Amino acid sequence: MHSNPAKNHSLVGPEAASERTLYPYVTGTSVVAIKYKDGILMAADMGGSYGSTLRYKSVERLKLIGKHSLLGASGEMSDFQEILRNLDELILYDNMWDDGNSLGPKEVHSYLTRMMYNRRNKFDPLWNSLVLGGVKNGQKYLGMVSMIGVNFEDDHVATGFGNHLARPILRDEWHENLTFEEGVKLLEKCMRVLLYRDRSAVNKLQIAKITEVGVTISQPYSLKTFWGYSAFHNPTVGAEGSW
Amino acid sequence: MPNDKSHNTNIAVYSPLRGCVFFRSKITPLNGFRSLGLFIVKLSSASAIDLSDTLRFLIPSHLNCRRFSVCLVAEKKGVFSESKMSRAAVEVPPKGGFSFDLRRRNEMLSKKGVPPPSFRKTGTTIVGVIFQDGVILGADTRATEGPIVCDKNCEKIHYMAPNIYCCGAGTAADTEAVTDTVSSQLQLHRYHTGRESRVIAALTLLKSHLFKYQGYVQAALVLGGVDVTGPHLHTIYPHGSTDTLPFATMGSGSLAAMAVFESKYHEGLTKEEGVNLVCEAICSGIFNDLGSGSNVDVCVITKGQKEYLRNHLLPNPRTYVSSKVFSFPRKTVFN
Repeated sequence: MHSNPAKNHSLVGPEAASERTLYPYVTGTSVVAIKYKDGILMAADMGGSYGSTLRYKSVERLKLIGKHSLLGASGEMSDFQEILRNLDELILYDNMWDDGNSLGPKEVHSYLTRMMYNRRNKFDPLWNSLVLGGVKNGQKYLGMVSMIGVNFEDDHVATGFGNHLARPILRDEWHENLTFEEGVKLLEKCMRVLLYRDRSAVNKLQIAKITEVGVTISQPYSLKTFWGYSAFHNPTVGAEGSW
Repeated sequence: MPNDKSHNTNIAVYSPLRGCVFFRSKITPLNGFRSLGLFIVKLSSASAIDLSDTLRFLIPSHLNCRRFSVCLVAEKKGVFSESKMSRAAVEVPPKGGFSFDLRRRNEMLSKKGVPPPSFRKTGTTIVGVIFQDGVILGADTRATEGPIVCDKNCEKIHYMAPNIYCCGAGTAADTEAVTDTVSSQLQLHRYHTGRESRVIAALTLLKSHLFKYQGYVQAALVLGGVDVTGPHLHTIYPHGSTDTLPFATMGSGSLAAMAVFESKYHEGLTKEEGVNLVCEAICSGIFNDLGSGSNVDVCVITKGQKEYLRNHLLPNPRTYVSSKVFSFPRKTVFN
């Protein structure tokens, strides 16, 4: 790991005291989310890696924002906590209006996009890929913002390694009006592949569901894995000398 | 054009063991560089051949200098030109091991701004799967040269032996050459032993070859076949390491294809299930990876039989075909 550069106390230039996120330290891996019949389903594991060590195994990376949105983040966890603080303030001020209206997922997504893009323009990015999903007034919304401010809305999104491993599966097997069970099965399929093939994945995940009615974030649980292929037990049968 | 005899000759002598190169424009006799294994010699005038003979004579054999080269650069009067360069390699018993002289030359060239020639990469999805009767290999058919598709329908499943086939990803020339070489070696081995080739024979030949070249031969291979000991599937990486697996993917589209395998593979696949699974994995690579595309090739190898299904699936047909040939309306004028 790189050690933090000592703060430059010299009087040279305005850049001397800047503190930018140069490298991510404690990172979360992929988040996968899909739209289903009643709303949005989002899954993320609970690992926070410190470089190549799996340091924290109970990091909650799915959070409720206001009444209508669910935010999932991958990348630097401290920046995620900063984003949550900002969003807290945003929701608080919105509630203080007390006008019967509340910020929906589209609005929160727009706020996040502006925040991420502006930070990147200052060369001080929030090192996260965010997934925002929610339902308001019967409208389902699922969007993503990356650390450089790329944002888009889609029926199924994934961050990090999920882009390479989960999206091909989702593109093939997602369809409109999945039921809750089908949606969970599909997400679990993606998370299982990620567990097998992503080195920073942990076998402890949460699945969150958001519908018009409300939000449920599940308790952490593990996926079943299968290691019983005969080729794994006896890889060199008939091929002595190879491995 | 001044001829050889009247040149002011520049000599560089270096010992590969010591790794020093020394260039002097005026050569003067010096004794002090013995420890460096260098000799700087003054010679009045000489042609290239005389020079190297003289040098061979001068440099004593007790010096810890196994091998050296003499590089002559002739200088035109007033203008330094490197146009006349001759190298006389003096014969000394080789110490053995690898010779990285050309690599030094390449580094020197790139420092001077000569770009290295680019290679054609295949940017691929290749897969292999073991099913109940044998092995199924699959590959896409796109070959890329950077951002351009240079071959829309190339063949990535190479023949190694009647019962062994090999898919190749990475630099196209490397995969072709290495599979051709080992295929010939296997043929000779078959003549020598009088028996069907075994998959581990191909595996060992390929892995030794790739290891010998320390990863410079950029070929990532999926080798599959059926021999007397049963069906086998192996992956071989450019540095020479191998894996034995029930299902394998390589290439830029390997993650997309592996996602399909990890979620859908089970033991005891039938032939139809296997071919379908392979096609799905390759299609996943074709549609989700930019480096892979066009069609799907499949090869099914079972005991005593093989089926090479070239262009088994064509999921990227030309969709819009106009019946009219494109024509300009009459009296169209373009300036």
